[in-house]
Amino acid sequence: MSAAGGRRSTLPGFGLTMGLTLTWLSIIILIPLAGLFLRTFELSLDQFWGIVTSRRTLNALKISFGLAFAAAVVNLVMGLIVVWALVRYRFPGRRIFDAIVDVPFALPTAVAGVALTSLFAQTGWLGAPLAELGIKVAFTPIGIFIAMIFIGIPFVVRTVQPVLIDLDAEIEEAAASLGANRWHTVSKVILPSLIPALLTGFALAFARAVGEYGSVIFIAGNLPNVSEIAPLLIVIRLSEFRYADATAIAVVMLVAAFLIIFAVNRIQRWAQTRIPAH
Amino acid sequence: MSELQSYLSSARDDLRTEPRPVRIVIIAIAVIFLVVFVVLPLVVVFAQAFSKGIGAYLSALSDPEAWSAIRLTLLVAAISVSLNLVFGVIAAWAIAKFEFRGKTFLISLIDLPFSVSPVISGLVFVLLFGGQGYWGPWLQAHNIQVLFAVPGIALATIFVTFPFVARALIPLMQEQGTLEEEAAISLGASGLQTFFRVTLPNIKWGVLYGVLLCNARAMGEFGAVSVVSGHIRGETNTMPLLVEILYNEYQFVSSFAIASLLAMLALITLVAKTILEQHLDEGQQPRGD
Repeated sequence: MSAAGGRRSTLPGFGLTMGLTLTWLSIIILIPLAGLFLRTFELSLDQFWGIVTSRRTLNALKISFGLAFAAAVVNLVMGLIVVWALVRYRFPGRRIFDAIVDVPFALPTAVAGVALTSLFAQTGWLGAPLAELGIKVAFTPIGIFIAMIFIGIPFVVRTVQPVLIDLDAEIEEAAASLGANRWHTVSKVILPSLIPALLTGFALAFARAVGEYGSVIFIAGNLPNVSEIAPLLIVIRLSEFRYADATAIAVVMLVAAFLIIFAVNRIQRWAQTRIPAH
Repeated sequence: MSELQSYLSSARDDLRTEPRPVRIVIIAIAVIFLVVFVVLPLVVVFAQAFSKGIGAYLSALSDPEAWSAIRLTLLVAAISVSLNLVFGVIAAWAIAKFEFRGKTFLISLIDLPFSVSPVISGLVFVLLFGGQGYWGPWLQAHNIQVLFAVPGIALATIFVTFPFVARALIPLMQEQGTLEEEAAISLGASGLQTFFRVTLPNIKWGVLYGVLLCNARAMGEFGAVSVVSGHIRGETNTMPLLVEILYNEYQFVSSFAIASLLAMLALITLVAKTILEQHLDEGQQPRGD
């Protein structure tokens, strides 16, 4: 809570620090992003539409968004299981497992990429047994899916964790003493109060996986129309000096990312009005 | 009495937990998931790096190309972390210590780089400074190299690491309010004195926290840097880019040796982060002395 009394601050430096902040923000973030949008205005609507709906672009966007969505669903379910075990149970190594949830945040994406590839390649520790079962992971869309799951692990866990810790024990006890069995208490009382956090974590994991590049390109195989993600197609178009194509794909992805942030903000506002602050 | 109490409290615990078999299954699923997706990838990095013995590992790291990548990575991280530190603190002062309209909007603008694909973070600078970019021809005419050189790599890195310091400080400084600073000012301290003597000691753990995460991302950034670097061997390859190049050339020991350094950086970052979080939690409680 900010100090409600001192509405008009007597501290110095507001004009100077605000001016510097806006200048730095403009130079690093706003002008470069505006440049990207200006570039697309140089295209006619037909040109833009032609690029975005060309078979290869459309497939790359489908692969990035489709697999990112599927990976975020896995992260939603697995994240809930992981956070439940970490918060509610005591088991050996719990604190270490809690700490390593953040590894996908901290590990450089290129390192994650080569590590996952060597793990899931047909000669790899996990790739070899999977290959015997007839499942090929590396250099197929499944590989992209695996890398996107990896990169999204921390989001659901870290957004749900504080909510689950703060959850009022008395509500659960009340439900139980009123005769609800454990499954009813969990599904009717606990899970509903976790929904905003779960949705936020899901959206953040989804957004991250859509734009992910480093951890995906090594394991993906990068076959056009099959296992080529949208960020890679941007890089390829740039290397071919087809700036217009790269820009158009980038704008589509940026707008999608903004829509996701907007959704996250709405979810959080909805959660604040739904649950009275304690 | 105490027996009754312990009976009651264990009965209350029973109300809040699942039957033992369910607990075991949930823990097992969580542990297996984390081992497969987090522990094994970490282990495989070191296993591959040392697969030909420690001699091959050390010789891979003493390669001049590796050294040039390490130097460039440190240089770029130093530039981008120090700039983002200064401006992150300035932004946090403006946002946390004053009330103004559009504050939430300003914070979401600062957060923007987190939701932009790394590749796009590089692309925007290619569109500004590249041969076909807005300012490319002018820069070429004046012989100024931005793209495929340190300035471009630093700019892209500053872009992706922009939010870290400000984000770590804004909630912390908002919580601390302005009373201590107002007291210092009313006692005749100047603005800078107030900041360095009053505010900075209060936020030092938060500053370290922001710098730590900013640095980890700056050293590890791949997508954005990859787009602006030009991959000039021995010149514009950072450590993550060298990992990619060596891997694509099937020089696995060398690639994973560099990767192992970055993995160690990540592990050290996580340990330091855990320690700093404890300090930050303690700082939030009223101080006893």
